[in-house]
Amino acid sequence: MHGLVNRAIQCFVRDSYGLSRWLEVTRRAGVEVTDFEAMLHYDDGITDNLIAAAKDVIGVPEETVLEDLGTYLVTHPNVEALRRLLRFGGVDFVDFLHSLDELPDRAKLAVDDLDLPSMEVRQHSTETFSLTLKGDRPGFGYVMIGILRTLADDYGALVFLEHRGAQADAEVIDITLVEQAFASGREFELGARAG
Amino acid sequence: MTEIVDNCDVLATLDVLCPMHVRLDKFGKITHAGPTVTKLYGDQTILGNRFLEAFELNRPHSITSMETLLVAAGKKLHLKKRVEPQTGLKGVLMPCSDGGAIVNLSFGISILDAVQEYSLNASDFAATDLTIEMLYLVEAKSAAMEAHRKLNQRLQGAKIAAEEQAYTDTLTGLKNRRALDHILPRMVEDRTPFGLLHVDLDFFKEVNDTKGHAAGDIVLQHVAKVLVDSSRGDDVVARVGGDEFVLVINGTIDPEILGRICTRIIKEVERPVAYKDSLCKVSASVGIAIYNGEGDASAEQLMDDADVALYASKHDGRATYTLYAPKLRENNSLAINH
Repeated sequence: MHGLVNRAIQCFVRDSYGLSRWLEVTRRAGVEVTDFEAMLHYDDGITDNLIAAAKDVIGVPEETVLEDLGTYLVTHPNVEALRRLLRFGGVDFVDFLHSLDELPDRAKLAVDDLDLPSMEVRQHSTETFSLTLKGDRPGFGYVMIGILRTLADDYGALVFLEHRGAQADAEVIDITLVEQAFASGREFELGARAG
Repeated sequence: MTEIVDNCDVLATLDVLCPMHVRLDKFGKITHAGPTVTKLYGDQTILGNRFLEAFELNRPHSITSMETLLVAAGKKLHLKKRVEPQTGLKGVLMPCSDGGAIVNLSFGISILDAVQEYSLNASDFAATDLTIEMLYLVEAKSAAMEAHRKLNQRLQGAKIAAEEQAYTDTLTGLKNRRALDHILPRMVEDRTPFGLLHVDLDFFKEVNDTKGHAAGDIVLQHVAKVLVDSSRGDDVVARVGGDEFVLVINGTIDPEILGRICTRIIKEVERPVAYKDSLCKVSASVGIAIYNGEGDASAEQLMDDADVALYASKHDGRATYTLYAPKLRENNSLAINH
């Protein structure tokens, strides 16, 4: 697994629940490493153990851990750069949704050994969409729900999201756009670089 | 086939300004294509084809005719070539006064594959197009990233080696006290049952004093080998002092089995070791403490118990082992305190 993923889990637990909880997660996961390097690769099993341990330590279901991780990735000031990169995807939420098709390629452009699940957005009507994720490891869909919910707020859109559960090797998220311009959202200027 | 004619004199200009544009007539047929679009089709010609037959329009969706296409004027179009390679493209369409339109295309993120697939070069892009700069940035970024990754791997390798060194006794290759102090509390915390053997050599000082430190080192290496041979892969063998060793026998708490291990260790340690022309003889005393995986024992307490048991062995005339029992603390109080 790419170090960025383990690093994301580490920063999420540490920034949301404190260092001692993070150390407890690594202990419970039986992982020697407590500080993951973003640009190294680690055994896949480590990531699974970390998530399972985080579930126990935080005391919420695994889906919630993953969704909160997604939310963290686009809200916490420590990872502001990621929110900005996602906002490059579109001028409004629908535009952003359609840009998800290209997200794995864009991620590869930045970090060429990072393999995200493939993503396909389908538009069923003007306000209903679905996002299909295909990858070798289910669970990423819940992370995407956290990201999408937060980005919708960011764009000022009102959406309903529902994880349809894993089907074969794919995860499907139903997206209903209730109001494209529900609130004013957060500002985004191309030129304002994240510190 | 009907001859394709277009009188729009601006097209030659557009060939330079927007080499990826296509001109559509009012029926949606392609009547002209810029040089780079033409290159995408190689030997085939797309002139005379309907635009929507040459390109598959993914978004906006449900556009199937020239009329609906014109409604999307000014909006970002997502499309791809229908023939292989099905390169993804972005486009924007503007209507012309004759009922036709001009569509300008661009590669978007597919540019990285496209430059290879179509052998594109700088002359295929308008002089004002930033594509070449972007390709440059991608390559520069990849090169910098690669250097960064290699540095990371080197540092990681060095870090692992340094950590291993910090936890290793260089003379014997066994783990050292620092390593044991790291491992033992974790085992207790995880409630992993184990037998703890504290091994202290007898008569080692004599070897050192009479035959020198080199002889002593060879004896220590011999003992290390005996201890490693007497344990399994997931047991811990550490040298914790000059002639003191600790074995953590993972998952074994049966005193009888631990006793047999001690007997074997003592017997093997007692085998004389050749040094130059003479033989070095030492023996070993062992103290055993057992952690059954329950109760509120601490690593410190267990080490102390093994230590008390070890002193009892020494007191018993050495070359023997003793299992810790609380009453040893009373009997041995003199020995411990001196």
